[in-house]
Amino acid sequence: MKEIVVLSGKGGTGKTTVLASFATLAENSVLCDCDVDAPNLHLLLEPQAEEVHEFYGLQVAHIDSEACSECGLCVDACRFDAIHDFRVDPLACEGCGLCARVCPLGAISMRDTLAGHWYVSRTRFGPLVHARLRAAQENSGKLVMAVRKRAREVAQETNARYILTDGPPGIGCPVISSLSGASMALIVTEPSLSGIHDLERVLGLCRHFGVRPLVCINKYDLSEENTRRIEDHCGDAGAEVVGRIPFDPDVNSAIVQGRPVVEMSDGAASREIRALWEAMATCSVP
Amino acid sequence: MILSVASGKGGTGKTLVATSLALSLEGQTPVQLLDCDVEEPNAHILLRPEIDSSQPVTVPVPAVDKEKCTYCGLCSETCAYNAIAVAGRTVLVFRELCHGCGACSYLCPAGAISEEPRQAGVVESGHVGGVRFVGGRLNVGEAMAGPVIRAVKELADSKATVILDAPPGTSCPVVKTIRGSDFCLLVTEPTPFGLNDLTIAVEVAREIGVPFGVVINRDGLGDESVERYCAQEAIPVLMRIPFDRRIAEAYCRGETLAAAMPSWQEAFHQIFDRVRGLAAVGSVS
Repeated sequence: MKEIVVLSGKGGTGKTTVLASFATLAENSVLCDCDVDAPNLHLLLEPQAEEVHEFYGLQVAHIDSEACSECGLCVDACRFDAIHDFRVDPLACEGCGLCARVCPLGAISMRDTLAGHWYVSRTRFGPLVHARLRAAQENSGKLVMAVRKRAREVAQETNARYILTDGPPGIGCPVISSLSGASMALIVTEPSLSGIHDLERVLGLCRHFGVRPLVCINKYDLSEENTRRIEDHCGDAGAEVVGRIPFDPDVNSAIVQGRPVVEMSDGAASREIRALWEAMATCSVP
Repeated sequence: MILSVASGKGGTGKTLVATSLALSLEGQTPVQLLDCDVEEPNAHILLRPEIDSSQPVTVPVPAVDKEKCTYCGLCSETCAYNAIAVAGRTVLVFRELCHGCGACSYLCPAGAISEEPRQAGVVESGHVGGVRFVGGRLNVGEAMAGPVIRAVKELADSKATVILDAPPGTSCPVVKTIRGSDFCLLVTEPTPFGLNDLTIAVEVAREIGVPFGVVINRDGLGDESVERYCAQEAIPVLMRIPFDRRIAEAYCRGETLAAAMPSWQEAFHQIFDRVRGLAAVGSVS
């Protein structure tokens, strides 16, 4: 079983467009959306939820104002500046629990917070494991781990050949949770100076975690000069460029219609994505 | 005044808007741009500032004195992040999981835990013309952006107009960035992806209690659903940047809208005037 995670560093380069198309092309796969902050894959796959699970993140401190003597020990101990006027600001609290430990009156308790939900759904391309972190919550990395764990279980149960994972942007905690232990990463980039900068950092992350990176340049024709720079850089960094997708208005029309682009277009972008999937499917895992 | 530029969805044009606004305001008001997207900072690529100082950002992590440690296990039991473990007569510290809360060293009954700084990233300061720049950069392989964002925001100048370029998403790094702002511009694109992520970003802004308005980028490329949503929710649409291949190509070359097409500067002056008015009213739509 191959676990392929699609990353980008920079947001909005086309991760979900590429992954949803792979979902239509791959036989016998489990789909997984690890962008739990701002998930989009479900918008193209029309999932029917079969399992719904609650996700609890870090605990949040709560001060019982009746029991509190306002001695101020908790305020002094908190490194996150989360206690003002003897009330806890739940958006600043990182759940360390030190305030509850130092309170001499036992007036502070740690409470579980419902931070989101995760789902196993049916789609016309196979099972989808996905999640939704509630707005302004902590700890998306832990939710990503729950999603990936279930995706692996479903893949074993169904004897799947692939787990296809749509990753979040960035290089921080939810990206690390999406990437570590995957068979390979496909990095979707764009030929902008920002895209190149962010690609270099996400390639560094792949090296750090020992995951083989492959690279696809989306909208490559917006700057053929920068596309060459990406190819040169990837050559030096030992990352193979396996796809070049041209700018194609069909990609946006497909998003507007809520469908993977290869399902509704035989245009230039669809043809390249099909070729890209062939290259991915035959690629060996180190 | 502190104005943050956020989005939910990545790649909608936050940095293009934040940098163009900063450059357009140069000479009118003291202006400072803070790049809080410390995982993938891009504002410096468009602004090309001269950097005149660079400071490490550190997180305090535990250092255990084996002579004093009694292996009682209280530190491991206390740590909410599983960053310290006691196994037999060994104490393991998982430094990259540590949030630097200090609970273990504070509570250790043997006084065996002190703290040492661990570098998580850097903060750089500089300027481009009259625009002052501060940018954070998380080290590759580090999980937590929070301490670097905090360090960037500590350099905000309360006398200037401060523009914060936020990371994408809707969780802790975004909350840490836009808290304390007087106004938040949410940049989106007119597609179902843009709409989906905008609705989540709106929830975040409402939860934090920051007034906000919307900028629609690549206008004309998608459908009308974002406009309909904003009308229904009474959210002001403050600017529409049309889809134009020339803008996309200029961005690829690392050029801001204000520099590539100077006629846009007037539109950024207007959006700033409206934002000031809306922030003064202070109501959350």
